Amino acid sequence: MFEFCANPENLSEFSWLSCYLTTPKHMNLFYSVGTVLLLLLLTAPTALLFGFGGAVMARSKILLIRLIGNGYISIVRGVPDIAFFLFFVIAIDQFLEWTRHKIFCPEWSEPIRQGNDFVVCTIAKLPLNSSPQWIHEIYGFLLAVFTFAIVFGAFAANVLYGAMRAVPKAQIETAVSFGMTDRQVFRRILVPQMWVFALPGLGNLWMILIKATPLLFLLGVEDIVYWARELGGTKTAKFTSYPHGDWRVWYFLGLLVFYLAFTRVSEAVIDTLMKTLSHGTDTLGGNLQRQVGR
Amino acid sequence: MKKLIIGAIIWGMTAGLSLADGHSVIRMGTEGAYPPWNFVDDNGEIAGFERELGDELCKRAELKCEWVKNDWDSIIPNLVSGNYDTIIAGMSITDARKEKIDFTTNYVMSDPSYYLAASEDANWKTGVIAAQSNTIQAAYIAETGATLVEFATPEETISAVRNGEADAVLADSSYLKPIADEDPGLMFVGDKPIIGGGVGMGIRKSDTDLRNKFTAAIDSMKGDGTLNALITKHGISEQLF
Repeated sequence: MFEFCANPENLSEFSWLSCYLTTPKHMNLFYSVGTVLLLLLLTAPTALLFGFGGAVMARSKILLIRLIGNGYISIVRGVPDIAFFLFFVIAIDQFLEWTRHKIFCPEWSEPIRQGNDFVVCTIAKLPLNSSPQWIHEIYGFLLAVFTFAIVFGAFAANVLYGAMRAVPKAQIETAVSFGMTDRQVFRRILVPQMWVFALPGLGNLWMILIKATPLLFLLGVEDIVYWARELGGTKTAKFTSYPHGDWRVWYFLGLLVFYLAFTRVSEAVIDTLMKTLSHGTDTLGGNLQRQVGR
Repeated sequence: MKKLIIGAIIWGMTAGLSLADGHSVIRMGTEGAYPPWNFVDDNGEIAGFERELGDELCKRAELKCEWVKNDWDSIIPNLVSGNYDTIIAGMSITDARKEKIDFTTNYVMSDPSYYLAASEDANWKTGVIAAQSNTIQAAYIAETGATLVEFATPEETISAVRNGEADAVLADSSYLKPIADEDPGLMFVGDKPIIGGGVGMGIRKSDTDLRNKFTAAIDSMKGDGTLNALITKHGISEQLF
């Protein structure tokens, strides 16, 4: 990156380090921090959406919908994350390819499953073999967002379901006696008041989601943990201009600081949100705010 | 939720439609953590013996190739599910692997594996021996009287010896030599067993065409001596074709 980096072996410690930390390989580490943040940014709202849908379905008066909602919540919550990540992603990828295969290559006569192999015609591949590597990476990333959202959506559904039941019965009854329809009660009374009950649970989920991002590597997305391990490993002079011993401990220390700082900031945001949401509600927090006159 | 699913399906159906004709690009899967065979260089690119070999093979077979990294443990499952089309990652040809995938002809002959230890009198016969999981070396140690400890990456097997968790590590001599050269605290001990049937490219069983093309390209490189030159240049093996 810098001019003086051409001959790394004759550099002083500081400039050596500045050259070392700016190699194109290290840039991958910095990009992957962005990848992780983007994943969180996209996954959180999607998971919340799935959770809301699941909770509403689990409360439905129609048996079939209620079964679907409860089924989603209990199945996904019961399956270990890692099994879900290994199975579900391959399943959805093969499902998409299989559907495309049926549409684009109806004349194809060979079986799709040949022993261990999963073979679809060339134009049914997703992404196409001819697509550049970054398209493959984005595809893997989107699969990751979807899978994370399904998994965390189930937990969020459970939290929201509980939160909806925690809204004081008197509030609902008053609304009904005012002549509101079920929909109106749901939209005007239930949903606005449930958040304060849901927030501690959702905050927990957010923290777990932050820590779960290294699962990305299972999906072929190179995340910060992969790069920290790769960059920190011993490098012999034969294969790099920047030989060093086993530095993984320093890289992982960096990750530790990153994750700790990130969760600390999250905690602060959640606390502020909690104060705002408690305002005017009949909860411990809300009543306290009333007493001190806010 | 329904809209999202439908949306995802529609996206899945239409994605890449404009880029028809997906032929002729072959995705080459490698580990990227096994110098001098394959590793990630300072520029973040895959480099090493297999990078040079693979590029040359693709040229000879008139294929357009793209490199993909995948970790070792899932390198075969991801080949059969179609994430890439070949494995070129220092993978030895074994009967167990042949049940799942096919191999091209070998491009490196089976070379002795070495034990690397932190002291001359290390107990390599019945002690604790580190090896990368799912390798021929791990399978070999499981058959001997030694206790096997497996690690997901080659790097971790060396660390295990350095920090005393294992008495020695068993791995390809080509991988261990550069490490032993630079670290006076590590030395070769004991036997030098010859394991495995040479190294070849892994190809899906259903991809006979591709296998034949690469086999032909490897044979042509064996014929004109370029393969031997590459093997010597990178210090991969003493055995030449």
